[in-house]
Amino acid sequence: MPKNPQIKKVLVIGSGPIVIGQAAEFDYAGTQACRSLKEEGVEVVLVNSNPATIMTDKEIADQVYIEPLTAEVLEQIILKEKPDSVLPTLGGQAGLNLGMELAESGFLEQHGVKLIGTTAETIFKAEDRQAFKDTMEKIGEPCAPSQVVHRVEDGVAFTNTIGYPVVLRPAYTLGGSGGGIAHNEAELVDILTNGLRLSRVGEVLVERCIAGWKEIEYEVMRDAAGNCITVCNMENIDPVGVHTGDSIVVAPSQTLGDKEYQMLRSSALNIISELGITGGCNVQYALHPTSFEYCVIEVNPRVSRSSALASKATGYPIAKVAAKIALGYTLDEIKNAITQKTYASFEPMLDYCVVKIPRLPFDKFITAKRSLTTQMKATGEVMSICTNFEGALMKAIRSLEQHVDSMMSYDFSALSKEELKKRLQKVDDRRIWVIAEALRKGISYEEIHAVTMIDCWFIDKIAILVEMEQRLRQEPLTPELLREAKRMEFPDHVIAALTGKAEEEVRTMRYGNGITAAFKMVDTCAAEFAAETPYYYSCFGSENEAVQTMGRKKVLVLGSGPIRIGQGIEFDYCSVHCTWAFAREGYETIIVNNNPETVSTDFDIADKLYFEPLTPEDVENIVRLEQPDGAVVQFGGQTAIKLTESLMKMGVPILGTKAEDVDAAEDRELFDKILEQTRIPRAAGGTVFTAQEAKEVANRLGYPVLVRPSYVLGGQGMQIAYSDQEIEEFMEIINRIAQDHPILVDKYLQGKEIEVDAVCDGVDILIPGIMEHIERTGVHSGDSISVYPAPTISQGVKDKIVAYTRRLAQALHVVGLINIQFIAMEEEVYVIEVNPRSSRTVPYISKVTGIPIVDLATRVIIGNTLKGMGYPVGLAPEAEYVAIKMPVFSFEKLRGAEISLGPEMKSTGECLGIGKTFDEALYKAFLGAGVQLPKYKQMIMTVKDADKPESVDVARRFEALGYKIYATRSTAKFLQKHGVNARRINKISQESPNVMDLILGHRIDLVIDTPTQGRDKSRDGFLIRRNAIETGVYCITAMDTANALARSLEHANIGGKLELVDIAKVKNI
Amino acid sequence: MKAFLILEDGTVFQGMSIGSPRESISEIVFNTSMTGYLEVLTDPSYAGQAVAMTYPLIGNYGVTPDMESERPWAEGYIVRELSRMPSNFRSTGAIQDFLRQHDIPGIAGIDTRALTKILREKGTMNGMITTDEDYCLADILPRLKAYTTGNVVDKVTCARISVLKGKKKRVALLDLGAKQNIARSLQQRGCEVTIYPARTCAEEILSAKPDGIMLSNGPGDPKECQGIIQEIKKLYASDVPIFAICLGHQLMALANGADTHKMKYGHRGGNHPVKDLETGRVYISSQNHGYVVDAGSLDPVVAVPAFVNVNDGTNEGLTYTGKNIFTVQFHPEACPGPLDSGYLFDRFMGMMGGIQ
Repeated sequence: MPKNPQIKKVLVIGSGPIVIGQAAEFDYAGTQACRSLKEEGVEVVLVNSNPATIMTDKEIADQVYIEPLTAEVLEQIILKEKPDSVLPTLGGQAGLNLGMELAESGFLEQHGVKLIGTTAETIFKAEDRQAFKDTMEKIGEPCAPSQVVHRVEDGVAFTNTIGYPVVLRPAYTLGGSGGGIAHNEAELVDILTNGLRLSRVGEVLVERCIAGWKEIEYEVMRDAAGNCITVCNMENIDPVGVHTGDSIVVAPSQTLGDKEYQMLRSSALNIISELGITGGCNVQYALHPTSFEYCVIEVNPRVSRSSALASKATGYPIAKVAAKIALGYTLDEIKNAITQKTYASFEPMLDYCVVKIPRLPFDKFITAKRSLTTQMKATGEVMSICTNFEGALMKAIRSLEQHVDSMMSYDFSALSKEELKKRLQKVDDRRIWVIAEALRKGISYEEIHAVTMIDCWFIDKIAILVEMEQRLRQEPLTPELLREAKRMEFPDHVIAALTGKAEEEVRTMRYGNGITAAFKMVDTCAAEFAAETPYYYSCFGSENEAVQTMGRKKVLVLGSGPIRIGQGIEFDYCSVHCTWAFAREGYETIIVNNNPETVSTDFDIADKLYFEPLTPEDVENIVRLEQPDGAVVQFGGQTAIKLTESLMKMGVPILGTKAEDVDAAEDRELFDKILEQTRIPRAAGGTVFTAQEAKEVANRLGYPVLVRPSYVLGGQGMQIAYSDQEIEEFMEIINRIAQDHPILVDKYLQGKEIEVDAVCDGVDILIPGIMEHIERTGVHSGDSISVYPAPTISQGVKDKIVAYTRRLAQALHVVGLINIQFIAMEEEVYVIEVNPRSSRTVPYISKVTGIPIVDLATRVIIGNTLKGMGYPVGLAPEAEYVAIKMPVFSFEKLRGAEISLGPEMKSTGECLGIGKTFDEALYKAFLGAGVQLPKYKQMIMTVKDADKPESVDVARRFEALGYKIYATRSTAKFLQKHGVNARRINKISQESPNVMDLILGHRIDLVIDTPTQGRDKSRDGFLIRRNAIETGVYCITAMDTANALARSLEHANIGGKLELVDIAKVKNI
Repeated sequence: MKAFLILEDGTVFQGMSIGSPRESISEIVFNTSMTGYLEVLTDPSYAGQAVAMTYPLIGNYGVTPDMESERPWAEGYIVRELSRMPSNFRSTGAIQDFLRQHDIPGIAGIDTRALTKILREKGTMNGMITTDEDYCLADILPRLKAYTTGNVVDKVTCARISVLKGKKKRVALLDLGAKQNIARSLQQRGCEVTIYPARTCAEEILSAKPDGIMLSNGPGDPKECQGIIQEIKKLYASDVPIFAICLGHQLMALANGADTHKMKYGHRGGNHPVKDLETGRVYISSQNHGYVVDAGSLDPVVAVPAFVNVNDGTNEGLTYTGKNIFTVQFHPEACPGPLDSGYLFDRFMGMMGGIQ
């Protein structure tokens, strides 16, 4: 069936801000799908509130709306753009829910718009718990005994009939939000209450617990003619009980025989056929470990995180094919883009093993519970490919960039055998290291399996790695032993440490014996057909397939690795745009990255893709083969920057800003010199290594002070200290990981925080726009609401910022991008931080100003000048509208995490509000972030003493908005004294009704809680904030944010239709 | 123990010996299935061939009852890595031991992707697996060139007639090297299956008055089976419904004047898309063949293509005009591989007079 000629203009719904459970994979899927639609001549209208995405580029879609993802906004877009179809299956759960809402309300039908990709009926059958259960029963596919409940009592009654433990799954939530396993009635009531509230439709599935069964997934495609294929199956090493997003996953399945494999495959095809899905679909199974019994866990009738992983694991572009199917094509009409010989109607065959490991945020949220459950907690993931499982696991571990590179990286050797057996019961992100130690201590496979239910095949693989450690420790390092260790992907420095040799010695021995990495191709077909797409992975002991290409100038672009808090999708945006810019300039481009969720690791972004860990050794393997003319590190975040020194040692020129200048910006002494030279003021401070030194500096400067390690992104480990005791606490945390660089202690200045990104060609600079933060200094820039153009600073301050930016860029000899953060206090401007590289705000500022700064930076790097390219220098003229970037958090997913904002970044994503006025933009930004107020018009305030004077005005404004204000004792007293009708409520420790009862009573819209300083978890404030978050109450921890929200609600009260801005039409210069 | 895989073109791979240490010469082919190594090893169609698995991790779930015949028929087994510790609730042992027990030589530690690329570029060729470290290429290469699989059907077919009980339709299965799941698939549908040795004459089969005749898969060059082709001509002439798979499909075509030819490197794996030309539907099929029917060589008056391979356009099935006969090149009995085309057995049931 060829393309449906009636489809001419399609609205594609994106997935919105990055949150845990919905990350970069949807930018990848959406971008691929949009390109796929455009190459068919279809006009694409895109809506996504997330400005950091590539899909919201004007090159990707014809009309781009970075607007809040609500039904009202989508309706307006449909009315304005008049698309004939809506494609909802590429924007994750958010996109699917919106598509459903529009279909269910009858809006689509009323305006003659069709849902393509999959019908509303199909979505309903797959997503609605009861409908899904009925459908499965109809076709004889087993599900665990379960019941959909809308009331807690029903859940308890049903569980009494099937017995504990039970799994709870709220309907229509992403990442298993609000779900969990209940072992007794108390737990059941607790989780169920929470789940019912989080579910869009107030419905939760209570189901027999199949924890411990093998968890297997199938990625399936189906076209409208009914042709079905499976792209890939995957096996979770962590059995059922851990969310698949938090599990270590291997592709293809390793412990299934053909009988099991085909049984589940046939089941998946039956399901996709019965549901009538047209496009991609993910089916998750629980398979009994000692029988053929299985249960269908769930079906995602859309492109998902797993499908992104399956695409990268196999080379099969699921989103691209899904988009073509949505247009009416059948699988046998769509060419396999990798082989160019075969068609999409085949099943990829792997001749390698793929391992995915989640990137968990426990290094950011040290108070959060590390335990892994059915509630996803990972912010991102890494994938690795090797010809054996051991090697794939080792490569994946070191790709995480969490200071782990072997099975010895977390040390449990102090635990006794008995303690280890107990520790094995704890399901967390360090479990495989516990297993390794258990094996070292002689605990049997069977015992480990009995506790963890991890298949013995995987336990044996960990044992093989442990045995190799022992051999390296005990035996002389022969070429044979070295060869075997490298086959398992032991890094040179680990081998060196185990054998007591220098890393250089190991390396020399390796090269001397011809033990070098070979590169193999991912070709979808296990070499059966010659493939056209150069997508490579490395392994040892094999024939090399990658050939050094010649002719064009060649550039190595280093990616940014896994998505983590502080280093998100923005850096992938930069890497991809940099790659495209180099390609346009005639360069051959090579991307190295290990993140399966991203656009940069799509097979057709660069000329060559190396799916590899981003460590010096792994990169050197590529450099030796490819001999690039240069490498760019300024677009790949800290991951790439960290490789600078190693690349220079390998003799690879660093393109753009020189490494020594990057160092100068990070090195306190060098940087102070530059500031002196350029006569730019900064907060006083010093560098320290020990807590003693830190206290001395702090006392000299006077508290409060800012404490932070150098060379980090996202303010990791950054804290404001108010006392010697806090200094000791923070230094202890920072020094838990050995620091190569000194720690910075600065006087903390409170003022307006200003941020700029600029392109510098060595002489001139171009600042696309000045951004001002709504929150005063002290809140990390990534967690602040950022406004462009800066609304409250004077022309004098702006002039200073431009002048300082120019001087700093010149002094640091910046060629490419530079990001600077300033503090403005009255008319004085201080510099906080300078980063001579791309930043988190680059995609946002590029989009709202229409100035493609990554592209310009890239062209500058290869020798162009701003003037030569026809661009003005200095500060670009301000836009006629206001754009506000709003941070988005995932606190509800991380039990026990402190939510109050501070100098350490905590947000996982962002959305944009863009409007003719500040108020409109702000309103849209809050809406985009999911803040839909008012509901009950009741709020709680509890503020620290320093904030009390300011709290009065905030309270008055909310009162005027009709809010009933509850406040804790001292706040209430203060407010009452100033004429606010605040109702006093008891503290948590006092008798009921207290503040907690109020929160748990579900009648509260908002909590404004500005915390007293310090990381004291036991404080009331912490409990209030956590409980607010976990019950879905919006919680604000900074007065400035509260003011902004009040203003936004005041604007909403005035009413009026939101005006849409097509960002693809924005042009400033 | 070291082992060597020596190809006809002089390429030598070094690995470790697995299974029997004996020397063996055979045709080297590759299979891209990621699971189902036991079904592959015990598929009689691999007689005379050594099979290389492109998937690098083999033996993960050990030896299970998933056999397609009484014993492994492959003449050699080539893998990248064998699991030292199989893990599956049905596993009764390791592949290493299974190969040794059946005297099948094998080699592990081979870059099977590199091998596959050679076979893909140069075409299937003969090779030797040996543990003799002092092998002499000059002596070996002529022997490799001279090797042919010969008439292997006689080697793998059953010795005598056997009957699998069933209450409904009576099917005569001509065993050309049949995988057991063909008979099982029929039995599951209630058929009584009588299995005949390949050399059984048509008269004997027809005299038992079967409701249908099934021609099985099997090894080797179809043109080696001239005697069997003569008998199949007689089966064609009868009015008994016939369903044929793989070698059976090729022999039926040869019996009707078509031609077959050897493919460059064949189709072996579980991911081949075949299109049902009647419905336009595409199915993913299990395949194992090195020869193919020239679709153009058949008189459309005799038979028309029923299935075609989506990848390379080769013939995958024929419907015989005016006859109750259809044949397929791929394996609806799967094992290993996708079960998508199992419906063809139902179609055969229909041809025999309804699915009961």
